[in-house]
Amino acid sequence: MSAVGGTALDADAARAWVRRFAELVQESAVELTDLDRPIGDSDHGVNLRRGAVAVLAALDGPDAPATAADVLRAAGTTLVSTVGGASGPLYGTALRRVGKALVGVDAAGGPELARALRAGVDAVVRLGGAEVGDATMVDALLPAVEALEREVAAGTALPEAVGAAVRAAQEGAESTDALVARKGRASYLGERSAGHRDPGAVSSVLLLRALADALGGPA
Amino acid sequence: MAQLLNDPAEAVPDALRGMAACHPDLHVDLENRVVRRAGGPRPGKVGLVSGGGSGHEPLHAGFVGHGMLDAACCGAVFTSPVPDQVLAATKAVDSGAGVLHVVKNYTGDVLNFRMAAEEADEEDVRVETVLVDDDVAVTDSTWTAGRRGTGATLFVEKVVGAAAEEGLELAELAALGREVVSRSRSFGVALTACTTPGSDRPGFDLAAGEMEVGIGIHGEPGRERVPLAPAREVARTSVTAIADDMPLDGEVLLMVNGMGGTPLLELYVLAADVRAAVEERGGRVVRALVGNYVTSLEMQGSMVSVCRLDERLTRWWDAPVQTPALRWGR
Repeated sequence: MSAVGGTALDADAARAWVRRFAELVQESAVELTDLDRPIGDSDHGVNLRRGAVAVLAALDGPDAPATAADVLRAAGTTLVSTVGGASGPLYGTALRRVGKALVGVDAAGGPELARALRAGVDAVVRLGGAEVGDATMVDALLPAVEALEREVAAGTALPEAVGAAVRAAQEGAESTDALVARKGRASYLGERSAGHRDPGAVSSVLLLRALADALGGPA
Repeated sequence: MAQLLNDPAEAVPDALRGMAACHPDLHVDLENRVVRRAGGPRPGKVGLVSGGGSGHEPLHAGFVGHGMLDAACCGAVFTSPVPDQVLAATKAVDSGAGVLHVVKNYTGDVLNFRMAAEEADEEDVRVETVLVDDDVAVTDSTWTAGRRGTGATLFVEKVVGAAAEEGLELAELAALGREVVSRSRSFGVALTACTTPGSDRPGFDLAAGEMEVGIGIHGEPGRERVPLAPAREVARTSVTAIADDMPLDGEVLLMVNGMGGTPLLELYVLAADVRAAVEERGGRVVRALVGNYVTSLEMQGSMVSVCRLDERLTRWWDAPVQTPALRWGR
């Protein structure tokens, strides 16, 4: 257990989540770009890293957001404004929707957090039009939120529930290895896109892992 | 891959500084990375805005000027611009008559332009969007993000740009743009991959003696890889792919476009074979454009684009245009 949060996502934990996501993105930027090389246009890590740097800057300074909702909305808006491509609108909108769902919630427990993440993932599905099995970030995000909902409903403590979501996201990302991409840049390769892990699904795992780290759950 | 840069991370703004230095009839907004005509929007004229990832030069900023675009939004290399850029361009060129967005059908471009259009709507700027999806290499649109926007983008920007100068209204221009798209098809091949600024290797590996068939314009691989073939076979493959999708009878506008690294000499070799292949199919090439217009950095390769003309489209194609990359008439 870390000193931060643990049982709820409050403003500090939201900041820790976003910071950790930015760190993980920067650490993984080369790997993400390499994954994008054979099936995309070799820029996923580069683009997300640009967003991560901007997000870190937005969390500091005199106008720094004060509530969990505002932290996540500011991070989302910053990603939309700096990343470009499909991942900017998709990640940015996801975080903005999670933030919107947390308006008025000082410290989100399991049910509130699950509802907020569901709202974020639904927005990604609506905006991008992808379904599970299309080899996109949805293959990681949707199983993750389903796992979180299941664990929360079963009364599992929040850090452990988020840990289950991370594992589901990881398994979902691994499942894209065998898939033929049907959305996004990789879809133009047809059958040749199979045999590659989707970079968006891999970066989506980072988003969940960052949340787990922020809540101090088991890795 | 040797690159003529100062700082790879600053490649796009540095290139925009170059445009500002050499084209006094353009205004370059470095903060938003938007290139627009100097002197603001002409009252009553619909604004024409396009944009996309950088690396396709002269598309789009090279097509800003009289008879074509009012503004172009320049994203990072091969990455669509963000909504803030598109919104800034849209507001800057709106004279009250509304703004037409010309968007290439790539997921990122579509999402960012859509978000900007929604924000513009909230600020009472009327926006219509023409989606360009002319690439016939994508055969199974049900299971992909749909056909990509490639060479026909230039046709749309030229024809709609000319019609906008004549005072057509927003809805008419949107319909015209969609008509140009429906009459246009493209097909491209790559002989080499391209290397983004600052990267140590190309976007994909292509051995000497191989070519990638059915490419898009973002340095992404195409549909299949085949042994390198002579120009006449590339011409036949390209024209067959297009003609299988759209009959080539009647008068056509032909563009033999280089991907950035193929010399004009080779493009003209190809152009002779493409023209012959089009005419074999019953098409009459009445207008032709040969050169590097819609590129993927220094990629070697070609893209054949065809637009079926009618009297109106031919007239708007011929209308005067004064941009850095296309310039004729008057």
